[in-house]
Amino acid sequence: MNNHIDHELEQALIQHEVDGRLHWFELDRRDFFKLLGCGVVVCLCTRDALSQESGRGFWQHELPKDIAAWIHISENNAVTVFTGKVEMGQNIRTSLAQQVAEELRVPIASIAMIMGDTDRTAWDAGTFGSRTTPTMGPQLRAAAASARDLLIATAAQQWKVSPTALSAANGRIIDSKSRQSITYGQLMHGQQLVKLITTPAPLTPPVDWKIAGTPVPKIDGRAFVTGRHKYSADLSRPDMLFGKVLRPSGFKATLTSLDTKAAEAIPGVIVAHDGDFVAVAAADSSTAERALRAIKAKWSVPPQPSNADLFSYLKDHVTASRRDEPHIVGSVDRALADADIKLSQTYTVQYIAHAPLEPRAALAEWQGDKLTVYTGTQRPFAVRDELADAFHISSDKVRVLVPDTGSAYGGKHTGDAAVEAARIAKAAGKPVKLVWTREEEFTWAYFRPAGVIDIRSGAHKDGTIVAWEFHNYNSGPAGIGSPYSIANQKIEFHPVDSPLRQGSYRSLAAAANHFARESHMDELAHAVAMDPLDFRLKNLDDDRLRAVFQAAADKFGWRNRKPSSTRGFGIAGGFEKGGYVATCAEVEIVGEKNVHIRRVVEAFDCGPVINPNGLRNQIMGGIVQGIGGALFEAIRFSNGRILNPYFSEYRVPRFADAPEIEIILMDRKDKPPMGAGETPLIGLAPAVGNAIFSATGIRLRSLPMVPNGLPSKRA
Amino acid sequence: MAPIVLLVNGTERRVEVASDESLLSVLRDRLQMTGTKYGCGEGQCGACTVLIDGRPARSCLTLASQVAGRKITTIEGLEHDGKLHPVQEAFLHEEAFQCGYCTSGMIMSTVGFLASTPKPTEEEIKRHMDGNICRCGTYPRIVQAVARAAEMARKG
Repeated sequence: MNNHIDHELEQALIQHEVDGRLHWFELDRRDFFKLLGCGVVVCLCTRDALSQESGRGFWQHELPKDIAAWIHISENNAVTVFTGKVEMGQNIRTSLAQQVAEELRVPIASIAMIMGDTDRTAWDAGTFGSRTTPTMGPQLRAAAASARDLLIATAAQQWKVSPTALSAANGRIIDSKSRQSITYGQLMHGQQLVKLITTPAPLTPPVDWKIAGTPVPKIDGRAFVTGRHKYSADLSRPDMLFGKVLRPSGFKATLTSLDTKAAEAIPGVIVAHDGDFVAVAAADSSTAERALRAIKAKWSVPPQPSNADLFSYLKDHVTASRRDEPHIVGSVDRALADADIKLSQTYTVQYIAHAPLEPRAALAEWQGDKLTVYTGTQRPFAVRDELADAFHISSDKVRVLVPDTGSAYGGKHTGDAAVEAARIAKAAGKPVKLVWTREEEFTWAYFRPAGVIDIRSGAHKDGTIVAWEFHNYNSGPAGIGSPYSIANQKIEFHPVDSPLRQGSYRSLAAAANHFARESHMDELAHAVAMDPLDFRLKNLDDDRLRAVFQAAADKFGWRNRKPSSTRGFGIAGGFEKGGYVATCAEVEIVGEKNVHIRRVVEAFDCGPVINPNGLRNQIMGGIVQGIGGALFEAIRFSNGRILNPYFSEYRVPRFADAPEIEIILMDRKDKPPMGAGETPLIGLAPAVGNAIFSATGIRLRSLPMVPNGLPSKRA
Repeated sequence: MAPIVLLVNGTERRVEVASDESLLSVLRDRLQMTGTKYGCGEGQCGACTVLIDGRPARSCLTLASQVAGRKITTIEGLEHDGKLHPVQEAFLHEEAFQCGYCTSGMIMSTVGFLASTPKPTEEEIKRHMDGNICRCGTYPRIVQAVARAAEMARKG
């Protein structure tokens, strides 16, 4: 990996880091000192360790340079592709297979993807940050194109002709002159493809794509409509037990008393107890639940903050140790002194939950000192290392396999359920399956960071923005920069000791930062009495961002919009993770309080489109998921407890919330391909907020905007 | 623990269950029929939807002992001789899923719904399906899939 990519990955990993670990087994503390005594340091993979390590390759992980690590062709011409990335609904099993099929010149049906298996696939940092398309795509394309070259060269040698006389198509090498041809499988006899990946690889340009760039249906789609696909929670092993974890009565709790006699008296029940970790296992889930209820435990929970004082808490608890350097251009203070219009506003976002419909689940099995865990995670190799750390064994004794997973949205970076299942399995001496309940998922996972964003800005009467100061407390630095051309800027992220466990979330802080920035842009536009689109374009030099704004506005009919007190129109956009997005929203105000999003038009540019059908699905999903955080999703908490850990109390978008959605794919074949899992979400909240303002004159600066309906105008 | 007989997808299944055990847990953990999913355990997400005597029911809130002898249909029971049910066909055609975890429940809710409402309007589809959550947000495609399935069924 070159330094640039290394740096990008490091930044991505830091931003996607999840606070802390759920469990420290007693075993840990005892052995930790023992290990230190021997001069061995256990890597806990903290931010500091990360930045120290990142200078030399990635934790000493070099991507394999030989084709055989990525692609194998069997004698019967079946192609197997190996990647550490995982499928969780974003459709990369299909889009990566398309890219290999394209470069290798084989039918897509001949490809099988082995994904997220730490014993069989090359090390991978994880599936997050919209990185699969810009990094793994090119990696596999290069391997496939190099394999194609190798196959041609091998056939040329065998037939004693020049490689230039040969071509590859449909899984065969063809000599058009002699009309002879041979399948790849017959040519290689199933042997490994021994060759280094060519640099630069002879990649097929997107304009010439025949399989990539087309709406190939989701691989294994039939397994999902028949219920045949096995998620982690669906797997079983001979003699497998069902595990259940006793959860503390609050965060940061310590166990003060424990009585497990009644549970242990139930036939077949095994109790695992290690420090503050208490769990049970039984041959069926019903007995395990009964055993859990039979345990008597008392916990001591320290006093902790609540939503009520959240935003002042965040501003008062900035971490001094991890201060990022502010981005400063010119002088905001001087520019503000000369500005005709000055604005200063604060925006806030609450913690929200990922709420993947498949809760965290793991099936763990020990064979001697070797551990195998099936689990739905975005980071199989990190979970492997987490398990190795937790049980003080070397990583090569641990195998993590990731069945295609019931979604994650940034929420499944950690191995919490995997570590728990493995700890119970160790106590039980049998394979153990652990499936978190919805309440556990809402409570013991981690959250999208809450945050406070302060903006100070200044503009001239003609609409030129001259000053832009932006402070983000805790929510995160993703998407913090402004895409607008502003001569004087100060932009700073202030990390905070979060009161709740927080971590990665689809689009990270880009959703919050875009909400604040694009809402504020709308406020500035109104302050200088300009059309919000014209105001943006006046301050925008980036052609690709201009293009998506224009495309979305044209399709939406922005110029012909007719706002009224019950109908509002808003626009917002931005650039993040290599993708450009512009979102237009139309809202209807029903009665006094109800906000309905009626129509959303979104233009998205992520370079050349690899699968338009899958991409549209991702964009639509991002928009719909964005509605939750924009309008009503919020985690309520108090004193170490989550107050709404159920779908009945934590409202997620449902059928009735989904508007009419129109999507414009820019399909820039002249640019490198970028990911699409996150950026399509970031324009929704500000576009909707701006639309609400256009109808009602009410400016909503807190996410979620209308958890209890529209506030009254006088309030 | 007491033995009961469940009639699942036309087959009698004798199974030992606890008195407070949900149909979902019996299907998944005792009969290894894992196509029906756990999503919340409170009847809020619809991932565990099955048909009982042809009507959609939340198997997480249904006691197994109370449906002994009644006709239970799960996602595994829709395909016949390798031929998908029209609702499955429609979901596949529209690619009305991403991670697919809600799909079994969505399909079972649709099958039950179309049996009683063969010509639904878009509003009726949204209202009926509103108890099923797709966290990936594929709702517009699911609405299209339900409409398509209704059309397919009418055409036979």
